[in-house]
Amino acid sequence: MSAPVETEDETGTPDGTPQQELRSYLWGYGLSLLLTLPVFGAVAWDWLPRAALWWAIGAAAVAQVAVQFRFFLHIRLKGQAKEDLQLVLFTALILAMMGGGTIWILHNLDGRMGGP
Amino acid sequence: MTLSGFLDAALGRLDWNALPFWEMVAHPSASSIINGLIASGAAGVMVLGALVTVWALTRYSLWGALWRDWLTSLDHKKIGIMYIALAFVMLARALAEASVMRTQQAVGLGGGFLSPEHFGQLFSTHGTIMIFFMAMPFLTGVINFVMPLQIGARDVAFPLLNSVSLALTAAGAALVMASLLLTPFSIGGWSGYPPFTETGYSPDVGPDYWIWAVTLSSLGTTLAGMNFAVTIYKKRAPGMTMFRMPLFCWTALCVSILMIFAMPPLTLATSMLALDRYLDFHFFTNTGGGDPMLYANMFWLFGHPEVYILILPAFGVYSEVISTLSGKKLYGYTSLALATICIAVLSFTVWVHHFFTMGQSASLNAVFGIATMLIGIPTGVKVYDWMLTLYRGRVRLGVPMIYAAGFLMLFVIGGATGIVLANPSLDYVTHNTLFLVAHFHNMLIPGLLFGMLAAYAFWFPKAFGFRLEEKWGRRAAVSWIAGFILAFFPLYGLGLLGMPRRTVAFFEPAYLPFTLVALAGAGLVLFAFGCLVAQLVVSIRERERRRVPAGDPWDGRSLEWSIPAPAPEWNFAVLPKVETRDPFTEAKEQGRAYRSPEDYEDIGMPRNSAVGPIVGVAGFACAFGLVWYMWWLASLGALLGLGAMLARGFVRDTVRVIPAAEVRKAHEGWLAMVHATPRIPRHEENTPANLGHAIPASQEEQ
Amino acid sequence: MNTETGRHPGLNLGSGHAEAHGEAEALVFGFWVFMMSDLVTFGLLLATYVTMLDNLAGGPGPKDLFELKPVFIETLVLLTSSLTYGMAILSLKHDPGRRVQPVLAWLGLTLVLGLAFVAMEAKDLHALLAKGGAPQRSGFLSAFWALVPLHALHVTAAALWLMAIVAQVWRFGLDTPVKTALLRLGVLWHFLDVVWIAIISVVFLGGLA
Repeated sequence: MSAPVETEDETGTPDGTPQQELRSYLWGYGLSLLLTLPVFGAVAWDWLPRAALWWAIGAAAVAQVAVQFRFFLHIRLKGQAKEDLQLVLFTALILAMMGGGTIWILHNLDGRMGGP
Repeated sequence: MTLSGFLDAALGRLDWNALPFWEMVAHPSASSIINGLIASGAAGVMVLGALVTVWALTRYSLWGALWRDWLTSLDHKKIGIMYIALAFVMLARALAEASVMRTQQAVGLGGGFLSPEHFGQLFSTHGTIMIFFMAMPFLTGVINFVMPLQIGARDVAFPLLNSVSLALTAAGAALVMASLLLTPFSIGGWSGYPPFTETGYSPDVGPDYWIWAVTLSSLGTTLAGMNFAVTIYKKRAPGMTMFRMPLFCWTALCVSILMIFAMPPLTLATSMLALDRYLDFHFFTNTGGGDPMLYANMFWLFGHPEVYILILPAFGVYSEVISTLSGKKLYGYTSLALATICIAVLSFTVWVHHFFTMGQSASLNAVFGIATMLIGIPTGVKVYDWMLTLYRGRVRLGVPMIYAAGFLMLFVIGGATGIVLANPSLDYVTHNTLFLVAHFHNMLIPGLLFGMLAAYAFWFPKAFGFRLEEKWGRRAAVSWIAGFILAFFPLYGLGLLGMPRRTVAFFEPAYLPFTLVALAGAGLVLFAFGCLVAQLVVSIRERERRRVPAGDPWDGRSLEWSIPAPAPEWNFAVLPKVETRDPFTEAKEQGRAYRSPEDYEDIGMPRNSAVGPIVGVAGFACAFGLVWYMWWLASLGALLGLGAMLARGFVRDTVRVIPAAEVRKAHEGWLAMVHATPRIPRHEENTPANLGHAIPASQEEQ
Repeated sequence: MNTETGRHPGLNLGSGHAEAHGEAEALVFGFWVFMMSDLVTFGLLLATYVTMLDNLAGGPGPKDLFELKPVFIETLVLLTSSLTYGMAILSLKHDPGRRVQPVLAWLGLTLVLGLAFVAMEAKDLHALLAKGGAPQRSGFLSAFWALVPLHALHVTAAALWLMAIVAQVWRFGLDTPVKTALLRLGVLWHFLDVVWIAIISVVFLGGLA
């Protein structure tokens, strides 16, 4: 394709210096640990009531997935090729329909059979 | 190790009982002899066909050519053609099976001649083959051949992967064929519902054949879908924006996306069933915390998008055919593209309508019933767009247009019955009756097969350089349409009379007239298939009279008609620059067509690779070994496939460069020939005067 | 090629690797598509697991079977391996002398972590069997055994691929096919993190909460 010029990375900003990129990876690693450790602690030592715990686990998981996409897989909301983000979002939509539908239908059937 | 121990390990559970004639020899009775003869006859035809093929290849020393020019070729056009050839072979078998079933039901009042097991195998293989090994290869082949040409690309994004996809599909087809000789196939239907297909009820190899054949096809299809999607996203010619693509490419894109996301549930469903059968898991068993309903859910998560995988490419073909053969630009292009996208997305929201009667609540059914009816809206938009394209066009009733006309009328009827079935309360009445069988054949024969046959007639000259014979083509098209009506409209009646599907015999005399008419229809369909064979034979024999070297026999509108027929390996001597929809029509009208490019460049094309055929053989060996518990063969196949892929990573010399001078010589030679070729008006397109140089519709004398 | 969106997703090689970009674009995008297809597989297995939660058939449930500590260690190992993989890519991109050794060192470390993850996972599964948690025991356990080992199988396959790439580096150096293969493997490697997070949240953390 084109000659090696001032390349931009997918954020639309010039490729970071090695230090900046290293810092980005370390941030990602730090954040993912931050989202992991407390949840494990909360489950191990029952810090929260059960329902609250489930919500916390879910929220941490969603945040964690976002961190992984942002810092390691380099999928961002702005400035990059649109089809990648579209692809990920479309997959999320399909997953929500298929997974959510499956759980809904099977749960519904279970209920009408008087449970297992 | 003793001899018998060795044989047990080598042959697994394969023994004499697997042979189709063994039962009638071991336990002769009227029934076992009739069924044995039919089964052995079918196996005999297959073995004979294979032997004749091998003999012919040897006799005319074609093995080398077959290997070099076809099996190891990564050319998307050749791979497409091989897909379609596979589809025709499988179509022949599945049609024969359909005829036997129709015959059985025509004499089935109080008995008939087939055993229930034999009948069960027939409808299971018929459905499995028609969906996975006829329809899917056919449409994959057409997309493979046409789509890169239409977007102005030299090949698909991943040529090797393309070859691997074909090999996996072919391996699955070979497995189904193998079940003719080493019986039995599954009697669990094409959808393979457990718990019937669990070991408790079907301990034989049948469901295993089904599982692995479908799994191979599913993997091949997933890979093909990814390949097409990336090709459309990344390989379009300069200026070919999404909304300049021919409509067929839009349908191809939506189909690939459906393949990418809808095949995983199928692979999962078959794999989980395999885990149940091989390792005693409890996914779908009645006992041990299994849940058969989970299978129905998973299967139709795939199954409904699959319906649109089957039908959308035909929509694309009809769009091209109707527009080209009316000499008009496609009416409502944008609405057609958007309707295609709508259908694709909605197809993921309706799967429950395949099991309305499973027991979920009425409100849940209502949600999916309404979603199902919604699909009628974009589909209706399409039908109107096609009709308005025809309106005031200069319509030529060539073979593809006959199929398109038949489709337009029949598909609307089928769609209307679909709206009936989408209502859960009405579905309760017709569920599992022949009404449903009539409905989906009404959608799939006009909505898939006719489209593919239209595509076959339409693009054949681009693939081989000569037109197909018209008269046999018309006979085939008209017989297909009439045969379909006769064979399937009675089934609506039978369904409303309450005749269940998949029934070997019946005891209600009122059914008889309907089954007899349906038999006549099946006969006509067989005749139609015979016409297709005759057409091919005649066309090949008289090919010199039908050559269209200039490449544009139908006054085409998109890029594929701007190149020679047959298309050169590199498709485009110079990648075209696109500025409009219907770029070739505009170029012809403005006198810009057939101009020499300013400069030629070297072209890199993928080198042949044996990885595809090796993976195919490995996949077949692995699956066959799993079916018969020949663990050594299964492991060998798996290792071979894995080894081939790892080894491929070490191949660096994958591109063959075609020098610019060679491209220039070929292309300039062709251009000179085109300029020397007389242009013909549309009414001469089915005469030997048609050498592929068309007068554009707008310039013809009115 | 459509110029507007001419950059592939995921990791980029950065300046000085322009020749790799054109090829990488379609390859990496294709691999993303493959991963998304795979993600649907995992998503449906998770949904299956959730629907099977009560199908114990009198057998053991999550609280009888799962332990938090090994899962915790495995999670740390996997997350760390993602960081080391990123370091490998950074040295591929930025090493001033275009040396092979730092890349190989980071890849080697990643491989060790990946294999350690698989080994720990295997040990866990073995322990599960000892507790009566065989997949044949119940629908619930079948769903578990389809989900968690499939992830471990993916990690194994990724490790195998990594070894094949290292062998290619040894044979050809850091040429374009190796670089694009590393980009794709990177997508797989980080993607397996995402799947693992979903698995621990639903299966282990959710089950033990």
